[in-house]
Amino acid sequence: MAAVTPLLLLLLLSSAPSFSSESRNAYNINGRVKIPQGLGTKGYALPGRMSNVKVLLNGGQNITFLRPDGYFSFHNIPAGTHLIEVSAIGYFFSPVRVDVSARNPGKVQAALTENRKGLSELVLEPLREEQYYEIREPFSIMSLLKSPMGLMVGFMLAVAFLMPKLVENMDPEEMRRAQEEMRSQGVPSLSSLLPGGAMN
Amino acid sequence: MAIRSFLILFILFFFSSLNPILSLYEDQVGLVDWHQQYLGKVKQAVFHTHKTGRKRVVVSTEENVVALLDLRQGEIFWRHVLGSNDVIDGIDIALGKYVITLSSGGSILRAWNLPDGQMVWESSLRGPKHSKSLLLVPTNLKIEKDNIVIIFSNGRLNAVSCIDGEVLWEKDFEGESLEVQQVIQPPGSNLIYVVGFASSSLFEMYQINALNGELLKHESAAFSGGFLGEVSPVFSETVVALDSTGLILLTVSFQNGMISFQQTPISNLVKDSFGPAKIIPSSVTGIFAIKMNAVTIVIRVTDENKLEVVEKTNHETSISDALPVSEGQQAFALVQRAGPEIHLRVKLAHNWDDNLLKESVKMDQHRGLVHKIYINNYIRTDKSYGFRALIVMEDHSLLLLQQGEIVWSREDGLASIIDVTTSELPVERDGVSVAKVEHNLFEWLKGHMLKLKGTLMLASPQDIAAIQSMRLKNSEKSKMTRDHNGFRKLLIVLTRAGKLFALHTGDGHIVWSYLLQSLQKSKVCQHPIGLNLYKWQVPHHHAMDENPSVLVIGKCGPSSDAPGALSFVDTYTGKELSSLSLVHSVAQVIPLPYTDSTEQRLHLLIDADKHAHLYPKTPEAISIFERELSNIYWYSVEDDNGIIKGHALRGKCTGEVADEVCFDTRELWSIVFPSESEKIIATVTRKLNEVVHTQAKVIADQEVMYKYISRNLLFVATVALKGSGEIGSVTPEESWLVAYLIDTVTGRILHRVTHHGSQGPVHAVFSENWVVYHYFNLKAHRYEMSVIEIYDQSRADNKDVWKLVLGKHNLTSPISLYSRPDVITKSQSYFFTHSVKTIAVTSTTKGITSKQLLIGTIGDQVLALDKRFLDPRRTVNPTQAEKEEGIIPLTDSLPIIPQSYVTHALRVEGLRGIITVPAKLESTTLVFAHGVDLFFTQLAPSRTYDSLTDDFNYALLLITIVALVAAISLTWTLSERKELQENWR
Repeated sequence: MAAVTPLLLLLLLSSAPSFSSESRNAYNINGRVKIPQGLGTKGYALPGRMSNVKVLLNGGQNITFLRPDGYFSFHNIPAGTHLIEVSAIGYFFSPVRVDVSARNPGKVQAALTENRKGLSELVLEPLREEQYYEIREPFSIMSLLKSPMGLMVGFMLAVAFLMPKLVENMDPEEMRRAQEEMRSQGVPSLSSLLPGGAMN
Repeated sequence: MAIRSFLILFILFFFSSLNPILSLYEDQVGLVDWHQQYLGKVKQAVFHTHKTGRKRVVVSTEENVVALLDLRQGEIFWRHVLGSNDVIDGIDIALGKYVITLSSGGSILRAWNLPDGQMVWESSLRGPKHSKSLLLVPTNLKIEKDNIVIIFSNGRLNAVSCIDGEVLWEKDFEGESLEVQQVIQPPGSNLIYVVGFASSSLFEMYQINALNGELLKHESAAFSGGFLGEVSPVFSETVVALDSTGLILLTVSFQNGMISFQQTPISNLVKDSFGPAKIIPSSVTGIFAIKMNAVTIVIRVTDENKLEVVEKTNHETSISDALPVSEGQQAFALVQRAGPEIHLRVKLAHNWDDNLLKESVKMDQHRGLVHKIYINNYIRTDKSYGFRALIVMEDHSLLLLQQGEIVWSREDGLASIIDVTTSELPVERDGVSVAKVEHNLFEWLKGHMLKLKGTLMLASPQDIAAIQSMRLKNSEKSKMTRDHNGFRKLLIVLTRAGKLFALHTGDGHIVWSYLLQSLQKSKVCQHPIGLNLYKWQVPHHHAMDENPSVLVIGKCGPSSDAPGALSFVDTYTGKELSSLSLVHSVAQVIPLPYTDSTEQRLHLLIDADKHAHLYPKTPEAISIFERELSNIYWYSVEDDNGIIKGHALRGKCTGEVADEVCFDTRELWSIVFPSESEKIIATVTRKLNEVVHTQAKVIADQEVMYKYISRNLLFVATVALKGSGEIGSVTPEESWLVAYLIDTVTGRILHRVTHHGSQGPVHAVFSENWVVYHYFNLKAHRYEMSVIEIYDQSRADNKDVWKLVLGKHNLTSPISLYSRPDVITKSQSYFFTHSVKTIAVTSTTKGITSKQLLIGTIGDQVLALDKRFLDPRRTVNPTQAEKEEGIIPLTDSLPIIPQSYVTHALRVEGLRGIITVPAKLESTTLVFAHGVDLFFTQLAPSRTYDSLTDDFNYALLLITIVALVAAISLTWTLSERKELQENWR
């Protein structure tokens, strides 16, 4: 269903030494966020707009946005191990651990921290979609019956139609005894409760 | 027997039908929650109106927001919140379709697509040294059909292509002490002038070819008097500067590469001098302004570089940028505040004497002065020019004026909230206006019939729309009186502009707002800062007739010994009751748990000299306070020195400060952290008003554990000095994090735990007997959350009933913090996916309802996480008894369930804080999250077990009852008839 267009992306993460002389140990991290087409169109319509996606480095130290083709870059990053997070409403992205090596520039390692999956190139895809709302169950007779009201009615019907059956199966002797007992206890019967019942 | 089993079955059914629904259905959005979007104080605005079509304006703000607004209504078309250290230096529109932003000290240049806000390109600019950042978008300067953007930043001049952000050429200005002040591009030419000062007395001018960056001319001239502050360009080859004394104006002209100075002492221009002046730069040709103390002087430069005062005023004046109107003419606007009105004048640059427009607009007193003005013109139907003005007020609000009226206004001060508190609404009484709720029974029934149709899926689309609007427009929720459930309250917020707002929790509308005079710039106080809000008076019991009030604490200037300022504001009327300018500073505020006979809460203010001052300053308050003198303890944290100190009171102040309400303090204890290995990065205590229902916790096997509940527990997190930097700057071996639990009365460390290979930032929350903290684990390279629970062992023997009966328990033995507490702690850690901005915990009136953590994630969403997930007693395989108790099997990471985002599909951009307030209904807590946006909702962590939900269907209940009665009467007649027949037989 989700027709992911197979895009051949070559090495996207290149840590080239920067052009400025004073910041020799500063690198760029380039990558791409790819939200497969087809995702996000089912369920409630999500604005799958790339303009609302933010890419965050090291817990908000740097924040950048996506270009129309999904590429992003962080400039002037020192060598070390960094964490990249993607914030996009409607999608769950795993944070990515990125090692920027000072010794051999150009060599880069990236891995998803959620499942420790290594990435050969810095293409970030959502692990899953996020549904923020419960989905209303379509109307069914069962749900109506399971509601407190339905149960009340059901219970009443059961009493009205099954009770006589139970009473019928009872031993007449026992029945009489039970009725006498009830009378002696003065338990008001249903008919005596009702306005007309007093006439009996 | 049969009946009983039936009943049991029925009850089981009944409860199973209440299956847990934690979250929201999509059609419930907006029922109890509201979301408001703001921008912050506007720094710069650029109009986009030349084409026919939608009139729009691009703004950048002090909250690092860049946004496109609709000029008709002030609505946001799109908005981007940049990072907190990505401060916007300049914005402009290029090619009529891109918004260009320069940010991060001139090192990041971005272009955004104007209609939809999609980022088009991003360039990183670097340079040799730190400098002023200037952005210039010349309209008709082209290199090979490519429009360019000129940026001066970090000591380098760059020309960047508008289309793809490529740097076309760059030129360094490496002069040792060169401070570039202005970059001027005379319209219609291919030249760029870069002017600046070097070694404080040299004026430097560089003439550059804009097409290739070639240096054409470089001239410098010395001026012995030196220079001060900024320069203002008056003509394309003339600037105005001030000499170092601030008393002489210099007109510097560099026509044809010849620099010439012309000095004009300010005393020659105005009779009475008011001390050193300051230039207010303007882009208007031939006009600039200076400011001396409170006096603003507008000066015109004639063609022969003669200066001429055209206006001198005591009013705060704002001047707009130049707006090109027809035939190379420029218009500009001046705006002043005078009493209840603001006066707006639009003039042509070369013709001071005539006004193109003169208007007076009535303006709310609580918006303060006009800080900024931007103008734009339009052509009226009679072909004459009309002007609209966008103004930024002292309270950070943004207004559009047109034809002498306020077209729209935005309360953008609410984007920078400093502190929040709540207040109850008035009790419903005669005379208090109450909106009509339901018209009559018929309407009410009709509403419920519609609802019923909705549940039975019989409703037509119109009906569904009607139901939705009926639910959203429920007038009940925005009534101005207290409700039975305590859902309706006032949120009192203090903004950075020094304005108080009261927001209604029902729909978020502003009930009142008040610009605090004590937090406004004045002669005595140049940089007032608002600090905190406290509940000053919460009347109940014996002061029912009083209105509640809040205490606003501010101080004058950022230094620690700056004098404080107090204001008392009535929360019903929004009027200031009184204000006080303090002689002492405010380092710490302690709301005491005592109130006087009018329900005013006693507050203790600690100043920088460690004196304590009691407020209110009444004899009654002093007598209450003196009784409790020996019971008051507090602590102070000096994070720079790594010291935590405990304090107590000693007695009345001695020495020169003879004040009834001043008390001397003494230091009780101090904890000094080794400065070479530990640095304090977070301290958290319990909320003062938190209610704990029970100390006992019944665990599986009928065992009881006693929570160690003390108001005086402090959580402290320290990290290794190296690990206090950013993520990625240290290796796991050289970083560790230590968490402490400290008793703040005795200074005793109750618990200490070290997390090796971890680092900050630490976000923590403390509630009841547990603390949860979030930090970064460098070894796993993931975030972690840990929980510490602390239990009282000294009471552990009390679980024997016989002991209780025979009085052999120790429940009545006195509790003293001086005796060594016998505590045990349990802790556990879990992975957590996201970075966190803030953590809060739900709070309810009686503390019975289970708790949820509210985690403000880096994506500006608020996630509700059950405290049960952070239970140190979780095991991989819980026993049956533990399962019944509700213990969740242990997993290595905390689950993120999308449905438990309380902000659902919304973002609270720039999230800074989450506040929880208990409602009167025990199951419900009110949550307010603020940042650039505001978000409010109600949460029921264990579901609303004590009230029917909103979607409870009364009509269905009625129908059921009617059906039952009908069935009863039917069966009754049937049985009557049967009986009769049997009697006849």
